[in-house]
Amino acid sequence: MTTTTPVMAPVPVDERRLTRAERRAVAARTKFSSPAASVIALVIAVLWTVPTLGLLITSFRPELDIRRSGWWTVFTDPTFTLDNYNEVLYGGGTNFASLFVNSLVITLPAVVIPITLALLAAYAFAWIDFPGRNVLFVAVFALQVVPIQVTLIPLLSIYVDTGLAGSFWTIWLSHSIFALPLAVFLLHNFMKEIPASLVEAARMDGAGHVKIFFQVLLPLLTPAIAAFGVFQFLWVWNDLLVALTFAGGAPDVVPLTVRVAELAGTRGSDWYLLAAGAFVSIVLPLVVFLGLQRYFVRGLLAGSVKG
Amino acid sequence: MQWFLDASTTGHKLALMVVAILLFAAVMGAILFAVDRPRRVPNWVVAAGFLGPTVLLLLVGLVYPALDTIRGSFYSRDGSEFVGLDNYATVFTTDSFQTVLLNTLLWVVLVPLVTTGLGLVYAYLVDRTRFESLAKALVFLPMAISMVGAGVIWKFVYEYRPDQPGVRQIGLLNQLLVLLGIEPQQFLLNAPSNTFWLIVVMIWIQAGFAMTVLSAAIKAIPDDIVEAARLDGVGGIQMFRYVTVPSIRPALVVVLTTVAIVTLKVFDIVRTMTGGQFGTSVVANEFYTQAFRQFNVGLGAALAVLLFVLVIPIIAYNVRQLRLAEEIR
Repeated sequence: MTTTTPVMAPVPVDERRLTRAERRAVAARTKFSSPAASVIALVIAVLWTVPTLGLLITSFRPELDIRRSGWWTVFTDPTFTLDNYNEVLYGGGTNFASLFVNSLVITLPAVVIPITLALLAAYAFAWIDFPGRNVLFVAVFALQVVPIQVTLIPLLSIYVDTGLAGSFWTIWLSHSIFALPLAVFLLHNFMKEIPASLVEAARMDGAGHVKIFFQVLLPLLTPAIAAFGVFQFLWVWNDLLVALTFAGGAPDVVPLTVRVAELAGTRGSDWYLLAAGAFVSIVLPLVVFLGLQRYFVRGLLAGSVKG
Repeated sequence: MQWFLDASTTGHKLALMVVAILLFAAVMGAILFAVDRPRRVPNWVVAAGFLGPTVLLLLVGLVYPALDTIRGSFYSRDGSEFVGLDNYATVFTTDSFQTVLLNTLLWVVLVPLVTTGLGLVYAYLVDRTRFESLAKALVFLPMAISMVGAGVIWKFVYEYRPDQPGVRQIGLLNQLLVLLGIEPQQFLLNAPSNTFWLIVVMIWIQAGFAMTVLSAAIKAIPDDIVEAARLDGVGGIQMFRYVTVPSIRPALVVVLTTVAIVTLKVFDIVRTMTGGQFGTSVVANEFYTQAFRQFNVGLGAALAVLLFVLVIPIIAYNVRQLRLAEEIR
């Protein structure tokens, strides 16, 4: 036995069948061999990052330095301070700490309420058979075209007439209403993807609609709920128009965005306040966004954006 | 009752928030409990329980106000007198409003085109490269930043210091001009170019959206199409022009129309950066100014209705294109 069956000789790389991913990678490499392409991509990436970085650095610089020199001088002469944040968060003129609470108090119910309502409505449209279902669904879907501007003047007079004006309720209600058409549509799409056999089986076992909704569908919809949740969170937290219209004159209710916009108008050259203030308002959505980006992209691809 | 309306301390606000959520849960729970009688109530009663609150809110908060605004647009500034089409005539014939309309047109044409173009090129360039996820995250990040925040960020980029000895520029753009030996500019004050500087901010925010949707579309192009084209000797820019772009046409239409609609209603950027002064106002900002600052409710309503009317053809085009795309498939 001098010869054994030859060990599998390594196949030369170029003869091996490339996997799909590898072929794509090769294609990408050839594409990027063009220096012009890399330069364009790099320029875009820099343009999209530097403005934010500039303001972030500025927010940590002493007030006097900000006035005297550009933020790029920190690379040669670094001096940093937290004074700006201290002033903007707790200073009498700004008091962003309490505005942060306002933003939070506005946002949570304005996310929870419309999602709950939309889930129930989407369930009814998907799994309960009742007369006029299709007509009603199309009507709700079509309401997405209504710009919120069209509703603001009459809504404000309704709030004034009912004595709600200037309270958190107006903002909670408004955001819930504006979110509903898109939320019902998106969640209905997700709900339709669930196999009908699951629902049928539960029905055979004698489960009513409420039980089916909570025990069969809700657990399967968690990713969809997260997707729309992130969406709605960013929308409400970042909103200016609704808050300005319904709470513009109520200091106990106004969220961060309203005051930042106001500061930009009245104290437009006080960059130590503006820079720190802007980042106080940006930080939470940024964290939520980075943490839940996966869900956000999913929601984005499922049904484009609301406006 | 007062406890529910005026909350001034942090503890009170948080408590009110929790109470509001619990109250909502209790009401919904009661409704569901009432309709949950399997096989003994007709389907439409159950449907009413699930749908009732949503339909009620939409009727009171969306349908009625929209109709009331349309009616109000035909009335005088305090809504007391019927004036026919006067408000619309004002919007279309007054000089200052014509600037507003022209600006809005510039926004709605430029932002979607440039945003989609940039997003497409960038998505194509970084597709399947080693640093794809980082490169995408950088462009995507502005989507999380409010338009107010973005407005402040860019206002700082455009910041101007008088061109005197001993005075140093603190805005990045003017610093670059000075380095190139050009006089610093008041970017946000000089009409009409200031509108373009505001448009840049919107493009900066929206490009991430365009890139994400288009990138997903590019990845969905079947391999064999790309492979066949490559075997035929197609490469580089030709591949982009003749293979990539036609393959993702439906996604391009969705991105263009979506960005156009968002842009049409742009308010925050203009409000934060110029307040609509210096000839930079757009319809959505003018609506706010007229309705809630000048208290000219009739004119404000007319501007809101104008927005409504302008959105419809864009959406109609979108729906039509999607239908066509489905027919081809």
